[in-house]
Amino acid sequence: MVLVLAEQRGGKLNRTTWEAVAAAQQAGTPVKIVVPGSGADTVAAEIAAADAAEVILAEAPALADYTADGYVAALSALIAQEKPDLVFLPHTYQTRDFAPALAARLGRALVTDVTAIKKDGGAIVYVRPMFQGKLNADVSATGPAPHLITIQIGAFRADAAKRGASPAATRKVSLAVEATAIRQKPEAPFKEAKQAVDLSQAERIVSVGRGIKGQEHLKVAQDLAAALGAELAASRPICDAGWLPMDRQIGSSGQTVAPKLYVALGISGAIQHLVGMKGSRTIVAINKDPEAPMFEVADYGIVGDLFEIVPAMIAELNK
Amino acid sequence: MKIAVCIKQVVTREWQIRVNDAKTWIRDQDASFELNEPDAYALEEALRLKEKHTGDVVVCSAGPARAAQVIREALARGADRAIHVESDALAAADAFTVADALAGAIRDEKFDLVLTGLQSDDQGFGQVGVVLAEKLGMPHATIIMEVQGGQGTLRVKRELEGGWFQWVTLPLPAVLTIQSGINQLRYATLKGIMAAKKKEIRKVTPAPAAEPSQRILRVYFPEKGKKTQIISGTPAEAARELVKHLREDARAI
Repeated sequence: MVLVLAEQRGGKLNRTTWEAVAAAQQAGTPVKIVVPGSGADTVAAEIAAADAAEVILAEAPALADYTADGYVAALSALIAQEKPDLVFLPHTYQTRDFAPALAARLGRALVTDVTAIKKDGGAIVYVRPMFQGKLNADVSATGPAPHLITIQIGAFRADAAKRGASPAATRKVSLAVEATAIRQKPEAPFKEAKQAVDLSQAERIVSVGRGIKGQEHLKVAQDLAAALGAELAASRPICDAGWLPMDRQIGSSGQTVAPKLYVALGISGAIQHLVGMKGSRTIVAINKDPEAPMFEVADYGIVGDLFEIVPAMIAELNK
Repeated sequence: MKIAVCIKQVVTREWQIRVNDAKTWIRDQDASFELNEPDAYALEEALRLKEKHTGDVVVCSAGPARAAQVIREALARGADRAIHVESDALAAADAFTVADALAGAIRDEKFDLVLTGLQSDDQGFGQVGVVLAEKLGMPHATIIMEVQGGQGTLRVKRELEGGWFQWVTLPLPAVLTIQSGINQLRYATLKGIMAAKKKEIRKVTPAPAAEPSQRILRVYFPEKGKKTQIISGTPAEAARELVKHLREDARAI
């Protein structure tokens, strides 16, 4: 049995749960889906559309707001009770916050950021990126079941998750979680001051990464953006360094975009960046490193010095 | 405040990755190494907390002998002393093995706070900090972008996805995993480098490792998912061809 741990916040299902369901359906049968929370019935009803043996509503008042301690206490008890062979989770920031502690408490293997599943006889082989996506590794989990597996966002398609002919049966399980066992006291999630720039509306984006080397070199990217009629954006390190404001950041912690044209200048293409832009219609990568993962998602690539190529592009566009 | 910072030595971003003959790991002997970037931010945050609250910053690294390079760098940036859990087997170890090695070396030191980067640039498990918290029996919070307080409790800002954040209060002692960009890094001064030579590095031999929780069967370069058209030529030629493709084939401009 493959148990999928659904993610929800405030009664809203995180759609990456569907991606984890798609992966779980590929790994084995039957699939059961756990919705942790308090009064998350609507989430359970939504995910019950999946082709699954059962939806388990894991209820405890202490799970109303997410905390790592609450989730580890509740889910370790539930997993001990349900005895799955595998536990699948979407590789979200929330999963990253509790899944390693859950695996450690259970004394079970945790394979994170999995992008594909292969079967080798009876054994399952997991594919996960290493070295910032420059290498892939085939990995096997060892030790007793269940193995915990987190699925990289975007690696499996949500619409590939098989739907059932009729909604899956839902079972409520009440879990005893002592409020005093929860050491983290969370406050309500919030967004920083309203974003000044909505890059999701841009038709074209010129985005810069570490390859730009210094704030003083941004002008060349700005000039290319002007010549293309594009907005300027960046990968995380550029915003961390303060070279561009945070609201220009593309990626898992910034904005998600899918413009007609995305030109990546000196961006290696770590997964945290790719998840924010790989839906773009046409992607151009300009990078001096031929092994940069950005070339794997690009339609057009130029291997070379952006400081030579970009001025040539601007000249060409202005002809 | 007595703060431990767990740091890892990883291959540099510039190093052109080469795979070993067995295709199970990289060619370590050919690589160049540096301090894992999120760990550098964790160290900086520890130094800032020390400046604010007084105390000690102890860097801890579980890795082979070559990890001494990043330990010395951390000492030069201002850490007071270091613990090096030294074993060649730790170079490509799984997260549980690394967390066990670190926990064994720091448990008796009774730290108030343990910091580490949110993940490493090599294997990128994103697990060690959280597993370490569980092994030490401490509460934790991850992907932290701000740290406030310090008298018995901390109020920390967790980064969620898509521009969302959340404040969480937790009691000390605690473990935090730090996100890149939380602060502006300082670099070692000549004075710092000289002072580092006199600082203590305690070497620890890890207890025999338990069975690993996962095994690498094979490493390989990813196949390209999409047919990428690589445009060659001089910069002017490549630019001309690219603009032509964007206008005529992709109709993107």
